[in-house]
Amino acid sequence: MSISAAALQVGDTKELLLVDDLTRTQIVMYAGASGDYNPLHSDEKFAREVAGYPGIFAHGMLSMGMTGRIVTDWFGDGRLAKYGVRFVRQVWPGDTLTATATVDAVREEAGVHYADVSIVTVNQDGTAVVSGTATARLDP
Amino acid sequence: MAIERFPIEAGHVLMFARAIGDPNPVYAGTDATAASEVGAIPAPPTFVTASAQFDEDYPLRPKPGQPWFGSGKNATGAPPTVPSGGSGGGGTSLHAEQHYEYHRPLVVGDVLHARGRTGEQWEKQGRSGTLKFTELITEYLDESDEVVITARTVAVLTEGPK
Repeated sequence: MSISAAALQVGDTKELLLVDDLTRTQIVMYAGASGDYNPLHSDEKFAREVAGYPGIFAHGMLSMGMTGRIVTDWFGDGRLAKYGVRFVRQVWPGDTLTATATVDAVREEAGVHYADVSIVTVNQDGTAVVSGTATARLDP
Repeated sequence: MAIERFPIEAGHVLMFARAIGDPNPVYAGTDATAASEVGAIPAPPTFVTASAQFDEDYPLRPKPGQPWFGSGKNATGAPPTVPSGGSGGGGTSLHAEQHYEYHRPLVVGDVLHARGRTGEQWEKQGRSGTLKFTELITEYLDESDEVVITARTVAVLTEGPK
């Protein structure tokens, strides 16, 4: 699957529900897969009593990983040239996250066509948790 | 940080894809993989973060016989002075930004190695005190020593939980 530059316009947008009611179990799955076993993300006792947080929260990289789906679903696998985010707010168990990607530019550089998109992932209150940009390679 | 050998393995990619809730069948090594443009199981965009599994000195993984700062019987099994890379007594190191540049698609079967260096460092005044930012640049190279992915991490050290 790939997208043609001719079929894409600035302002085109997609929305994707990333997770509905994020579970502690999924956060544990992410710890196991990524290798980031920071107890802030799985150890409620540590998160509350030592670190002083209201409870455990998701790895920022889990939010970024989930958010990446909106660009791979849209532009295809192996098509990314760049992907970067800022972690804006923490993500907590029970959160529901939705990503939106919007095309900022469709351009050609050294004979290769690219789309630049801006991405924002919001929680159930509409508050941004992750914001960033990506560049994907397009067909002509 | 240096990682000598980071093999991109099918089982690891599948469990990572499941963990990020991505049902894309290309990650399962099925017909969808064979039919895909890449022609192999691609790594999800953020997969190289899992190179931590292959970093012997990675501080956020408990190691047998060594104190761990998470809870067992007590809230923490290690004194607060143990450098954690996560959270100890004084402040908390949080992940502020993450950026990747892809030089070619990363696929199962690739064997990477990584080298990291400290980039820029800066300070900013936040609502609850001084925020110290540090940039870490990591290059992931394949067996031909070609850079496959360049990663830029920005970490921020805060003076306490927000």
